[in-house]
Amino acid sequence: MEFLVASAIGVLTAGGIYLMLRGRTYPVVLGLALLSYAVNVFLFSMGRLVVNLPPVIGAAGSEYTDPLPQALVLTAIVISFGMTALIVVMALRSYLESGTDHVGIAPVDGGDGQGRA
Amino acid sequence: MSHWIIFPIVLPAIIAPLIAMAMRHDIVLARVFSVAATAVLLGLGIALMSVASSGQIHTYALGDWPAPFGIVLVLDRLSALMLVLTAALGLVVLLHAINGWDTRGRHFHALYQFQLMGINGAFLTGDFFNLFVFFEVLLIASYGLMVHGGGGERVKAGVQYVIFNLAGSALFLIAVGLIYSVTGTLNMADLATKVPQVAAGDQALLKTGAVLLLLVFSVKAALVPVHFWLPGTYANAPAPVAALFAIMTKVGAYCIIRLYTLAFGDAAGEAAWLAAPWLMPAALITLVLGILGVLAARALGQMVSFAVIGSMGTLLIAVALFTPEAMSAALYYLIHSTLAGGALFLIVDLVADRRPGQGDAITVAPRFAQTSLVGGLFFLGAIAMAGMPPLSGFIGKLLILDSARTALNAGWIWGLILGTSLLAMVGFSRGGSTLFWKSTAQPSNFEAFAPPRPALPLVAASLLLGGSVLLTVFAGPVTRYLDETAAQLFAPLGYVDAVLGAEGGNE
Repeated sequence: MEFLVASAIGVLTAGGIYLMLRGRTYPVVLGLALLSYAVNVFLFSMGRLVVNLPPVIGAAGSEYTDPLPQALVLTAIVISFGMTALIVVMALRSYLESGTDHVGIAPVDGGDGQGRA
Repeated sequence: MSHWIIFPIVLPAIIAPLIAMAMRHDIVLARVFSVAATAVLLGLGIALMSVASSGQIHTYALGDWPAPFGIVLVLDRLSALMLVLTAALGLVVLLHAINGWDTRGRHFHALYQFQLMGINGAFLTGDFFNLFVFFEVLLIASYGLMVHGGGGERVKAGVQYVIFNLAGSALFLIAVGLIYSVTGTLNMADLATKVPQVAAGDQALLKTGAVLLLLVFSVKAALVPVHFWLPGTYANAPAPVAALFAIMTKVGAYCIIRLYTLAFGDAAGEAAWLAAPWLMPAALITLVLGILGVLAARALGQMVSFAVIGSMGTLLIAVALFTPEAMSAALYYLIHSTLAGGALFLIVDLVADRRPGQGDAITVAPRFAQTSLVGGLFFLGAIAMAGMPPLSGFIGKLLILDSARTALNAGWIWGLILGTSLLAMVGFSRGGSTLFWKSTAQPSNFEAFAPPRPALPLVAASLLLGGSVLLTVFAGPVTRYLDETAAQLFAPLGYVDAVLGAEGGNE
């Protein structure tokens, strides 16, 4: 199981970083989403991987899953979901306002000063 | 003393939705509430600072959960200082913004208050995951503020800014996960006690996590390999927002100071001072690159953005020395560069506003309204930023140079700081003389079309420069406070005891 989780994290991260380095906003957004999935699984596994144990300390005491990473993952999921929605909207607006979905910005031109119109 | 610590977070958190929901159609009411709330925040900050200056560290356990299990807020000299600085900058920038910037888009004041809430929270919290959450709060608000007013280039720069910071957030979570996996805690004070006990086999994981965190904070502080977001963001952001962002880079610096003195200091065993060998070269390169950017800039906003990068380099050089004297100097420079950076961004807006068609581009153009007044303000700001004698930048750099005398690489530090100061002067003189002096020689009919200018933006920029003057005049008392702050930072046991001790909860 360790191999499965570790390789899943690795593949997600690699795919995420590759897509993030692309020049158009849509692959970049997908890359960020993949990266956030990788982070979520990674955080989850930081509480150590155990099977079939409750996330509370039972009467016996010693055998349990660490509940804290699960709480962290929940928070991280909520935040990354909201962020993905935001970046999609901003990328769309950027596309509509500038007519291109390239990520790069034009270098500031000495003459027009449009930067702070 | 019990509940006041949380007010700098709760007050903007209440005001912001109130403005967004109840006052969305009434800009005057929103302005009144926003300015009043920020003024109250400043008063609150000063009151908390006077409480913290006694040297006792106060904690506030949320929900009264005891410290390592619940989230704590911690008020010490450093966090109180940062609260006051944030509120002061926030209030002055708001005075500039209410002259029209806030009507160019929607929800400016609500986002502004959320931004202040996030920044205050980041300064107060004593828990890593909570720090992540407050980072996200301040980032979400800053995304909104960054694209305030819209426009193709600005939204594009905003998209870059968001992407960069989302990647930074992912790294933050990975780092926090790594540190949690080997120490089993997210509480900063608890971490300080757990780091020395980490088993030898887990040291590599711990160090990886700690250095990744340094990278994340460096993204915020715009340190060199990860500074690329700053020039595009600051130069394209609305002027008041860029001025407020002067404190955002300081959030990164604050986190570096906090984490690496508290948890990775002398007591950390094998992981002691592991940030220093990474931070120092990065800071030196940041300084050089920033000032080269000042020389190469083709627009005033760009020039100030690169000057901010350079000042972060200077600041983090002093931090990377990790001695109490250098830390005190770094904090002095931190206050100074926040004020100077904020003032310069406001002045850039004054210039751009008066040059229709030219904006802030460094070109020779017809004379514009109030050239001498705005030019005077710009030169004062440039003097402060470059570190010339009458203003606080000079004292800040002097303190840093003095504290670096005995350092291993003192030659590099002295040479680069002094050399880049000269280059910064050259860069600012070039920009200023082109804009204000050469332009003056050209015939102009600006009186014919110049609308009446409100005085408040001029007052706002002057107030920030006045802060720099005050910082110079009262350098003695300020330095005394900062010396005590640095001493408190380098005695992390006091912090740990305050958070985890028997008196840790609400008094």
